[in-house]
Amino acid sequence: MSVERVEARAGAYADSVTLMQVSADARRADGVEAAVIAMATDLNVSMAVAMGFRPPPGASQNDLLIAIRAHDGRALAAAAAEVDAALAGRPGRAAAGGGTAPFESPRTTGSAIRTDGQGLVLISVPGRYAFAEAIDALDAGCDVMIFSDNMPIEQEVRLKDLAAERGLLVLGPDCGTAIVGGVGLGFSHTVEPGPVGLVAASGTGAQQVLCLLAHAGVGVSATLGVGGRDLSAEVGGRSALAALAALDDDPATDLILVISKPPAPLVARQLRELAATLATPVEFALVGRGEPDLTAATERALRTLGRAVPAWPRWPAHRDGPRNGLLRGLFAGGTLCDEAMVIASQRLGRVESNIPLDPAWHLDPHAVASTHAMIDFGDDQLTAGRAHPMIDQSLRLERLAAQARDPATAIILLDVVLGHGAHPDPAAELAPAIAAARGRSDPLVVVSLIGTESDPQDLRRQARALQAVGAHVFASNAQATRFACDHITRAP
Amino acid sequence: MTDLLRREPHVISAGLELLAGAAEGQAARVTRVDWKPPMPGTESDLVRVLADRRRAAANALAIRRMLAARAQLVDLLPARDALGLRPGEFLHAGPPTSWERAAGPLRGALMGAAVFEGLAADPQAAAAVAERGGFALDPCHAHHAVGPMAGVISPSMWLFVLEDPASGRRAYCSLNEGLGKVLRYGAYSPEVIDRLRWMASVLGPLLQAAVRAGGPVDVTAILAQMVQMGDEAHNRNRTGTLMLLRDVLPSLVATSFPASDVSRTVSFIGGNDHFFLNLAMPACKLALDAARDVRGSTMVVAMARNGTDFGIQVAGTGDQWFTAPALTPRGLFLGDYGPADANPDIGDSAITETAGLGGFAMAAAPAIVRLVGGSVADALAATRRMYEITLAEHPLFQVPALDFRGTPAGIDVTLVARTGILPQINTGMAGKVAGTGQVGAGLVTPPAEVFPAALRALAEAAAAPAEPA
Repeated sequence: MSVERVEARAGAYADSVTLMQVSADARRADGVEAAVIAMATDLNVSMAVAMGFRPPPGASQNDLLIAIRAHDGRALAAAAAEVDAALAGRPGRAAAGGGTAPFESPRTTGSAIRTDGQGLVLISVPGRYAFAEAIDALDAGCDVMIFSDNMPIEQEVRLKDLAAERGLLVLGPDCGTAIVGGVGLGFSHTVEPGPVGLVAASGTGAQQVLCLLAHAGVGVSATLGVGGRDLSAEVGGRSALAALAALDDDPATDLILVISKPPAPLVARQLRELAATLATPVEFALVGRGEPDLTAATERALRTLGRAVPAWPRWPAHRDGPRNGLLRGLFAGGTLCDEAMVIASQRLGRVESNIPLDPAWHLDPHAVASTHAMIDFGDDQLTAGRAHPMIDQSLRLERLAAQARDPATAIILLDVVLGHGAHPDPAAELAPAIAAARGRSDPLVVVSLIGTESDPQDLRRQARALQAVGAHVFASNAQATRFACDHITRAP
Repeated sequence: MTDLLRREPHVISAGLELLAGAAEGQAARVTRVDWKPPMPGTESDLVRVLADRRRAAANALAIRRMLAARAQLVDLLPARDALGLRPGEFLHAGPPTSWERAAGPLRGALMGAAVFEGLAADPQAAAAVAERGGFALDPCHAHHAVGPMAGVISPSMWLFVLEDPASGRRAYCSLNEGLGKVLRYGAYSPEVIDRLRWMASVLGPLLQAAVRAGGPVDVTAILAQMVQMGDEAHNRNRTGTLMLLRDVLPSLVATSFPASDVSRTVSFIGGNDHFFLNLAMPACKLALDAARDVRGSTMVVAMARNGTDFGIQVAGTGDQWFTAPALTPRGLFLGDYGPADANPDIGDSAITETAGLGGFAMAAAPAIVRLVGGSVADALAATRRMYEITLAEHPLFQVPALDFRGTPAGIDVTLVARTGILPQINTGMAGKVAGTGQVGAGLVTPPAEVFPAALRALAEAAAAPAEPA
């Protein structure tokens, strides 16, 4: 028994050529016996009548007549759906045709998603403008990475709440590093796929761990940066909790490493509680007093995975003896600076800084300290209006020269971060500056070189260039710091 | 839960080229956003409005209502009957204004209309009455009506009555007089008044009889078809006009009116390529009125000009007008007229752009590309640019040259503020001296300030405690 659908659709117009094609396609569909899709002119209506259809009375030439007869209901529904699809206005994507007009790029994130499809939205516009683009991403069902910093915290919370409602992830703001689907975003490294998934509230901390894992021959499933404030009491770990769940659900992830500065206590408890419920083991690398350093946490993760812990690469210079004087750290990476301060303060006591471990140790970054001191050149106060020191080293090079002129300086500790997004050849600038510094007062220079063999800057070449001017180069920031501390005999 | 870890990497990058390039260097598919800072001073209002939890659903509702509306021409009536206008009351285009602030074309149209109504012996006498405050003025938009150019409606003028069959909502518009020396462009010479009298005594009643006899005319259907036949329904209405004639002719010739009246009516309509504009406009008005008063919606529901000020209204802010001085169009001029002769932007006809037609459908009207720079490519680019500031693509208004993509419809105040892209309006130009008439046609945009002003009001509404529904 045949079934049929006949309707006259008001206000739906398509030209006759289009309609002939739609009719022909409908007639060819499986199970369809007859079909007329045409404007309801007298001619077309009489044709439909001749084919045994009964068009609705009153249908006019401005109405679209859709008449389909099929063997059964399923074939009819399928054919009707195809007709509707063929008649629907073509969505934006199809507009790739259309003559010689130069294509203008989409002007908003929403427009880009509408024309090019969903994806991971990467936002690096100035922080005060980032909210609008992030809302576009979430409204369109896309996860979003906010590289921008200086986003007001209430905006961060609002975005993360919205993401939670929609089952999406907000990486950042101030998310410097992520690896998704093998693609490194922001400051990142080319790493092999592997069993470790990182949740990182710290960009350079994650980079250190990624590079150590690469040196150990262990790859990474994903790195989800959540932003430096995510584990604060205000933000409450909203993204970290979602990222933990996502990685636990990821079949490629055998172990999860959470990298952060020490979180707010309540947030830490929530994280550990969630971690305890997951099928995937979770290790914590929370840079701070009484916590394992990044290298130690990486080693523990390797052991959990049953992998060998290698000797971390180092490129020592000629033998240097201990020095009397002060340790000066000049860092591009905030977490690397933190880690170095934690280690050094246990050995040397007071370490002053623009990001001090203890508020009493605060140091104006432009002042010269009379104690051991470490400066984070990536801190907001020193990056306003200029690129990050991982890209623009000029401020750090100036300070290096100034420290070398200070007779109290015994040891200078530096980090050099390679990878995507970083300076294309940092050693080319740094090596001559180190050579000049050593020529002046012969301080001991120690470098943490954060990079992998696959990084575009060529890790070995960078290491040798620094080694050649007398710097002691380490792949582990913790080892570099301990080496520096070992060579301080006492303050002057 | 996010499926971020299960997808092929496609990165949409807004911001640093360094980061986009680095992702591309790792063989990821990258889409770049050509991001620029928003309009000055809008940052914090944008955040408040975009964070408004009502926004997404409110805009979806406003769009759904706009796109669902259908317009049928169901009747013609004198304005006194349709709108209850009384002698001495006049409607005009654009946001509210007064005789003191009225531009030349609006003054000219009011003077002519007063003579037509028999309120003054001649235009100068009409002006004197107006000076004494003898006329009551109100915007068409406040009465479910729209009028092109000066947009003056007086009680004796006949109006098209359009109705949305689903809701019963109605919208009204005057009958189009043709081009050149016409009232809507501010002309008031005797030929203008004579034509108005003929329109009120013959054209209106005859069309009324034809529509009542022949049944409603599906204006939305004609709009959908004309967009595929070279009209954008603002500056080009040639196909729409002919399709209207096609639809009403059978009942027009069957009326009991003298053959000479029928003949003159048919040649009047057929000889006026813009006749259908006055049906396109109220059809758009019906659709946008359906989208009004949706709390939290950032969609523009009216753009209108009175020759002095340009105003917009927004779905989320009720009847409030956001106004700034109107700009003067740039374009092509009739005869010896030049830019110095043109009055600032005037008319309710930007309701077509507000609904996704006119300048927004420029890509559908290659015949008038000279208005937008001369090439078809410019026309395509003009329409494409409007997708950046709109919420939807109109499923009925499909552009063949864009592979049948729907026209950009539903202007979003936040997108205008974010991109700085202003709506493109195709328009006629009136002479700035009262009595002149049309001097040209061209392009114009709203003054940019109206959008930050509307955004501010939306931000205040977003911050305010929820009112009872």
